[in-house]
Amino acid sequence: MKVLLSWLREFAPIEGDPAELADHLSDLGMAVEEMRVLPPLDGVVVARVAGLRPHPEADRIQLVDVELPGASGEGTRGALQVCCGAFNMSVGDLVPLATVGTTMPGGLEIGERRLRGQLSQGMCCSAAELELGADADGIMILPSDFELGASLMSQLGLDGDVLYDLEVNPNRPDAMSVAGVARDLAARLGVPFRIPEPAVDETGADVSTVASVKIVDSDLCGRFGVRVIGGVSIGSSPLWMQARLTLCGMRPINSVVDISNYVMLELGTPNHTYDLALVPGGHLGTRRSAGGESVVTLDGAERELLRGDGVIVDRDDRLIGIAGVMGAANTEISDGTTDVLLELAWWDRLSITRTSQRLGLRSEASMRFERGTDHELVPIALDRFCELLNRVTPGGVSVCRGRLDGRGELPESTHVRVRPARMSHLLSQSFTASQVRALLEPIGFACEPAAGDLTAALEVTVPSFRPDVVTETDVAEEVARHYGYGKLGRTVPRSPEPGRLTPTQRLRRELRRVLVGAGSSEAMPNPFLAPDALRRAGIEGTEPVRLLNPLATEESVLRPSLLPGLLTAAAYNTSHRNDTVSLFEIGVVFGQPAPDEPLPTETERLGVIWSGGEAADAVHLWDLIVSAFGLDAALTNAGDLDGMHPVRAAQVMLGGHAVGVVGEIDPVVCERHGLAQRCAWLQVDVEPLLAAASTAADRPYQLVSTYPSSDIDLAFAVPDDVQASQVRDTLVAAGGDELRSVELFDVYRGDQMTSGTRSLAYRLRLQADDRTLTDAQAAEIRQRCIDAVESTHDAQLR
Amino acid sequence: MPAVNGPATDADLDTLLADIDAARSQGLAAIAAALSTDELAQVESGLFGRKSALGPIKQALGSLAPDQRAGVGRALNEAQQELRTAHAQASDELAAVARREQLQREWLDLTETPPGPERGHLHLVTQTTERLEDVFVGMGFTVSEGPQAETDWYNFEALNLPAAHPARSMWDTLYLDLGERTELGDGEGGEASNVLLRTHTSPVQIRVMEVQPPPIYTICPGRVFRRDTADASHMPVFHQLEGLVVDRGISFADLAGTLEEFTSAYFGRSISSRLRPSYFPFTEPSAEFDITCVICEGAGCQTCQRTGWIELGGCGMVHPNVLTNCGIDFEEWTGFAFGFGIDRLALMRHGIDDLRDMYSNDIRFLSQF
Repeated sequence: MKVLLSWLREFAPIEGDPAELADHLSDLGMAVEEMRVLPPLDGVVVARVAGLRPHPEADRIQLVDVELPGASGEGTRGALQVCCGAFNMSVGDLVPLATVGTTMPGGLEIGERRLRGQLSQGMCCSAAELELGADADGIMILPSDFELGASLMSQLGLDGDVLYDLEVNPNRPDAMSVAGVARDLAARLGVPFRIPEPAVDETGADVSTVASVKIVDSDLCGRFGVRVIGGVSIGSSPLWMQARLTLCGMRPINSVVDISNYVMLELGTPNHTYDLALVPGGHLGTRRSAGGESVVTLDGAERELLRGDGVIVDRDDRLIGIAGVMGAANTEISDGTTDVLLELAWWDRLSITRTSQRLGLRSEASMRFERGTDHELVPIALDRFCELLNRVTPGGVSVCRGRLDGRGELPESTHVRVRPARMSHLLSQSFTASQVRALLEPIGFACEPAAGDLTAALEVTVPSFRPDVVTETDVAEEVARHYGYGKLGRTVPRSPEPGRLTPTQRLRRELRRVLVGAGSSEAMPNPFLAPDALRRAGIEGTEPVRLLNPLATEESVLRPSLLPGLLTAAAYNTSHRNDTVSLFEIGVVFGQPAPDEPLPTETERLGVIWSGGEAADAVHLWDLIVSAFGLDAALTNAGDLDGMHPVRAAQVMLGGHAVGVVGEIDPVVCERHGLAQRCAWLQVDVEPLLAAASTAADRPYQLVSTYPSSDIDLAFAVPDDVQASQVRDTLVAAGGDELRSVELFDVYRGDQMTSGTRSLAYRLRLQADDRTLTDAQAAEIRQRCIDAVESTHDAQLR
Repeated sequence: MPAVNGPATDADLDTLLADIDAARSQGLAAIAAALSTDELAQVESGLFGRKSALGPIKQALGSLAPDQRAGVGRALNEAQQELRTAHAQASDELAAVARREQLQREWLDLTETPPGPERGHLHLVTQTTERLEDVFVGMGFTVSEGPQAETDWYNFEALNLPAAHPARSMWDTLYLDLGERTELGDGEGGEASNVLLRTHTSPVQIRVMEVQPPPIYTICPGRVFRRDTADASHMPVFHQLEGLVVDRGISFADLAGTLEEFTSAYFGRSISSRLRPSYFPFTEPSAEFDITCVICEGAGCQTCQRTGWIELGGCGMVHPNVLTNCGIDFEEWTGFAFGFGIDRLALMRHGIDDLRDMYSNDIRFLSQF
């Protein structure tokens, strides 16, 4: 929302340093995104066209003799000569002349120069060049009463003006108008605020003889005001108005459209004008659409209406507008319009929101209706329109007597009981009733009783322009806002409990550090996948959760596995000549909801990819995690795991349940992703892992024996289909208490072994806590271990 | 060796002394001939102890008459001493030689070492989140978590954002297609299912308030989703941290004070905070939460558009409707909530211009931090 300081001053005597005013506006919740003190542009002055001559060498440029008091130049009779590419002026016109030495708003410096041999001693300016209007084709033709030689900005009343660009919050419909901003600022500065009463000279017929209004759906339209203005001649609006509109971001079109916009910006009241001649009987009706109808709007597009959309219809139920959103082409004002039917209505916010969002038609008008307009301003805004149109139309217009004022359901005015004690509590600042009142009344909140007990509750009536305020807490915000957020105190409350992370949160942090210590770096791949990403990653038979409204098909599936994302990350690094990287992620994967559950399943997983790593690397990494968290885990070789190498992969078992996979990624999958090397992979569910985890902090001391230990090496010929971990488990079980560790120190396959078997050599360390083991005791343990392995696994001691 | 029994003749004594002398000479020669520590060790048994050349003489000493014993014993001791000294000297010399040779063999240029294993790196989002968590834990907060896919109730309605609330357009929402289970919100636009990816971590606040009676002091860091095209400052997937306090007598001043304490704890004493009126459906009064520009420390620079302040996040007193939706009596309990983006803090701290770089998963990025 852009506002000009000069415009604000039409409602309140606002004085002060522009930057300080900006701070006040921000502190009131209307953040100043940009403040622009308009350049004085002293070098751009009002000049008269004294002569027009063709350029001898160029068709597209003419020579303009411009007359300025006291100037003498190359032009005829001592006028300045300017080369100009526009041809819209006539001798005698007043135009803005940027004299030599002027710096234009866009940064161009005007110098004396020659164009195809002809001297140019300045520049005649278009509105666009001065950033005062949209017209870039023609030179601005200035009103004949402008003072020759005077600065253009001073003649336009913009000299030293300040433009504020405000960020207006959705709960502040009042701040979507110059008057509303002025009201807030005036209250802060302690100066009076007033919306001037428009002066309307009603010279036409009684409005009820030329127009009528009918509200069919009263929940849609709360108020429908109409005025009729005759004797209109469509022309340009005055330059001061064009300049204000342009500076505030609206394009000047013609007098009627410009005034419509001007009134909307000024009072926050969107309005619509119809050519009365195109509206039979001047009848305007409004109803909700039943659907199945369409209308061509002012932008030339045909719009289909759905059930519930608000529409404007004429006497014959022909659509002539979409309520609060956009008018129809069939009743549009044209150059030939002489009688204007002016509509100023109050619409139900939600209806307008729904229709404008659905049609993608968010206009300045719909934005204001969506936030809620002030129905009490309807008569004032109607009159303001008439006043302005009368003022800008040469010879004036003929305004019909009276207004039509159709009524539907308007919101009841809101009364809120405000307790000073509650204000004081919420804001931690002692407020008396009179202090609250003093803050609220300047912004239009009426407070009862007007005087009395300082601590008694106030009955506050919320003004119609603040539909967002409905509760005592909402009023507290107004009190705080006008008191000043910065002036409220600062205290720090203390929780009765100490702050802490949960055990899971601490363990999750530790898990990350184990991985970092093992050389893996944390990645955060996109959790959205392309539909074929799963197939490419070798994941079959999973029905992933899909997005209903993805931004792109490539990001339309919620990942059911961390594999595709980390594959992409590894591939990215490989393609950037970093082909050996270890990346991990701890993140959520999604699955179809369980029966009777509304939400998809979310499983937190750890995934590690290691391009250039082998299955053993992945197992080592997992072993690190196992030892860091004291897990009782096992691996079970498996050949049919999603995306995994058919013969180099295992399931990770924890407490008898499969919680993940470890090994290498299927070479076919690697190849699809441009990964030429082997790729190690680990993916486990985090929740069971951390649930089973203990850290050093949790463990009791295990006595370190002071008695000597002895080692026994045993090598077995073991069939390939027996996992080494099974042999190990058997050894551990058979060894008993005195078997302190088992280490697989050699694996041999080759000539000395029969096909289908390999040699597994284990080193067993024996030790007792309370005595030195005798040779006989050691031999007995050794035999127990041999017997157990041979009898359990079809294995042979070598 | 003469068999001596009883007092020895002078000739016997002479022989004994000559034997001692010979053993000494032989021993010294053997020591001198040893060229390595090993060789020295081999000759050692011939020099000292019972089986050495001097051993029998020592044994014979006992059978000599006391007056004779003194002279022979002195010679014997001298010879032994001489041999020990020579042996120790040779041993030292040979050890020094051996060490010199060993060092020569083992010479190493340590800068020739090929690169070994490297440590990994935590993602900047994790590092930033953990730092933030630590600050808040120090201030007495717990850390709460919740699902990333949410129902419309938790993400919007419970937060005082009923269906068709115009402020819903403040969040571009990604909805989930759960097949036949998908319930469309209003049956018209076709875009609103009742299950979505949370657009903020506020639903976690609702879930906390539902199960935990006040007092509540918690933060909810986590991943959030918006239907935004990725650019230098937006990602469809990013991270937020929200805080919630509900207790008796909580006031707006408690909000301002808590944010100020957080600001100086996280950014340093030179950075302070301010609140400006704003609007959020779930808080009232609402505020925008600014901090001193961390680049210029308030002097005014390009980053802060010469204001000296940068906008960090939103905050406010928990809206009474939100407390009511969670079964909390807003006359008895009041609260405040705040939230800001984690990703942006990471960018600010490290001077990263483009948010997308943080999600490139490029090891050249990750390994910098």
